Amino acid sequence: MQLGERAGLKQSIPMRDIFGESLLEVVRENPDVVVLDGDLGNSTKTELVRNEFPERSFNIGIAESNLVCIGAGMAGTGLIPWITSFSSFLLCNAYDQLRLAISISNLNAKILGSHGGITLGKDGPTQMGIEDLALVGGFPNVVILVPSDPASMRAAVKAATDYVGPVWLRSSRIAMPEIYPKDMEFTIGKAITTRDGDDLTIIGNGMMVTAGLDAAAALEEDGINARVIDLHTLRPMDIDTIVKAAQETGAIVTAEEHLLHGGMGSNVARVIAEYEPVPMRFVGLADTYVESGDPEELLEKYHLTAKDIESKAREVFAAKRNQK
Amino acid sequence: MENIKKPTYSEKELKTIARDLRMDILKATTKAGSGHLSSSFSSVEILTSLFFDGILRYKGDEPEWSDRDRFIMSKGHAAPLLYAVLAKAGYFSRDELWRLREAGSPVQGHPVLGNMPGVEATTGSLGQGISLGIGHVLGGRITKRKFSVYVLIGDGECQAGQIWESAMAAAHYKTDNLIAILDYNKFQEMGPVSREMALEPLVEKWKSFGWHTAEVDGHNILEITKTLKSLQTIKEKPSILIAHTIKGKGVSFVEKDYTWHGRAIKDPEQYKQAEKEILCS
Repeated sequence: MQLGERAGLKQSIPMRDIFGESLLEVVRENPDVVVLDGDLGNSTKTELVRNEFPERSFNIGIAESNLVCIGAGMAGTGLIPWITSFSSFLLCNAYDQLRLAISISNLNAKILGSHGGITLGKDGPTQMGIEDLALVGGFPNVVILVPSDPASMRAAVKAATDYVGPVWLRSSRIAMPEIYPKDMEFTIGKAITTRDGDDLTIIGNGMMVTAGLDAAAALEEDGINARVIDLHTLRPMDIDTIVKAAQETGAIVTAEEHLLHGGMGSNVARVIAEYEPVPMRFVGLADTYVESGDPEELLEKYHLTAKDIESKAREVFAAKRNQK
Repeated sequence: MENIKKPTYSEKELKTIARDLRMDILKATTKAGSGHLSSSFSSVEILTSLFFDGILRYKGDEPEWSDRDRFIMSKGHAAPLLYAVLAKAGYFSRDELWRLREAGSPVQGHPVLGNMPGVEATTGSLGQGISLGIGHVLGGRITKRKFSVYVLIGDGECQAGQIWESAMAAAHYKTDNLIAILDYNKFQEMGPVSREMALEPLVEKWKSFGWHTAEVDGHNILEITKTLKSLQTIKEKPSILIAHTIKGKGVSFVEKDYTWHGRAIKDPEQYKQAEKEILCS
């Protein structure tokens, strides 16, 4: 079954294409926005900007350290740089530069980390961003955005550009179905309750929001009403919405296309443990790299499907009942 | 281009400024109990030329002036010198220098953008300054601002791969308003550069990356200024001034002794001796 099918969502085009289109819109609207590329513009889709605004597009070449610092320097002249590449290359080649020139400097710079997660598929583990959010988590002042559908990607690119300060945005190679209407409201740091329910809560980000909605649809057939929260902002974390969900539903499953170690789930658990301890389960990547393969095949193999969320949901729901 | 009226100093006055800067660095690092004294001393004349002999256009009372020339201290461990210069240039009170490396003080051990006016970049992990400078140049082209960018790098810093990434990019973008100055004091933390990780042939390396090069005695202020002015006229390519310096310049027992790299003078007798040598220079 296709992602989002069970939840009745409409299929769309790959998120990277949505990102490219959204960035182009932002560049058209705001003359201060410039785009820097690490020679991957046809993969990240920043080439859409380059085709229309060559004078505001810079391919710095295969040199991420240089790329990040040149972007930082441009921010020093009042421009708003979008620094773009695969998350794995930016974070692993230029962590030091992101740390000093962007984070410690608290610059108004935007970073696109594309090809997050394992769903880029066939290119294999060297290109996959399975640890990207944990690594960005090491920058205390950087906003972290993980959009879950076309409309929220568009809104996130705009919100990131308008926000004054450093922002990291995760993009993916795969298509994510439409969850929200085009005019959806997107506020940095404000999670969206995508589906209401009071038996348990599924908290997801990126494609796992849709997987969570699919799982919720399956659970409904057995009379279990799952709430689904789209935690599109990992930092600053919407503590109120998470705690409220724990209070009202008493059980939580987190779902992410990322290592469990240092990802969204572990950060939600930190909040839950402190404010409202309830049973939790985690869907994510165990301590392993992922090999080349079809995205669907890999998601199945590494237990990142709606089915996996569903079974964890049943487990946590039972745990909640046993507690009583 | 806005004309900035700056006082012009005689050679004698410039030497006095350099002497004052060395005293401020000595005092600040000794008070802090640590700090890169010798790396600061080797660059004193270079910064004296840049800030006080008519090279940089800046307004100490308007640090965010958008047409200002940029100075980026890529060798961030020379922070004590940078702070002493910025104080003297009117960016902030000289009293701040005595809070170097203190908790709660904005005068951090290495420069942090936004902490002190006049600091253009967060540095301390080496190799990043020229890349940042290129960003300012490209940003200036888009925002149609006319300014120049000066970046001070160290010799050991040239071992960092990013230096050569940025060298390639500066030539590619023909950043003729970017001038790098290399403080070639021949020592790094663990010993002589030539012994630890040799750089030579250094001039040829920069030339082969498409840069215009010049060499100068890095302790002769007037020569530095004269050469920098000639580099300002080079078109279509970035320039680098390789300044031959003495690490620890100004205090005999610190000079060329690499074990002083990250140390301050703490012994009262040594402090007196250092003070005497600087004041008599």
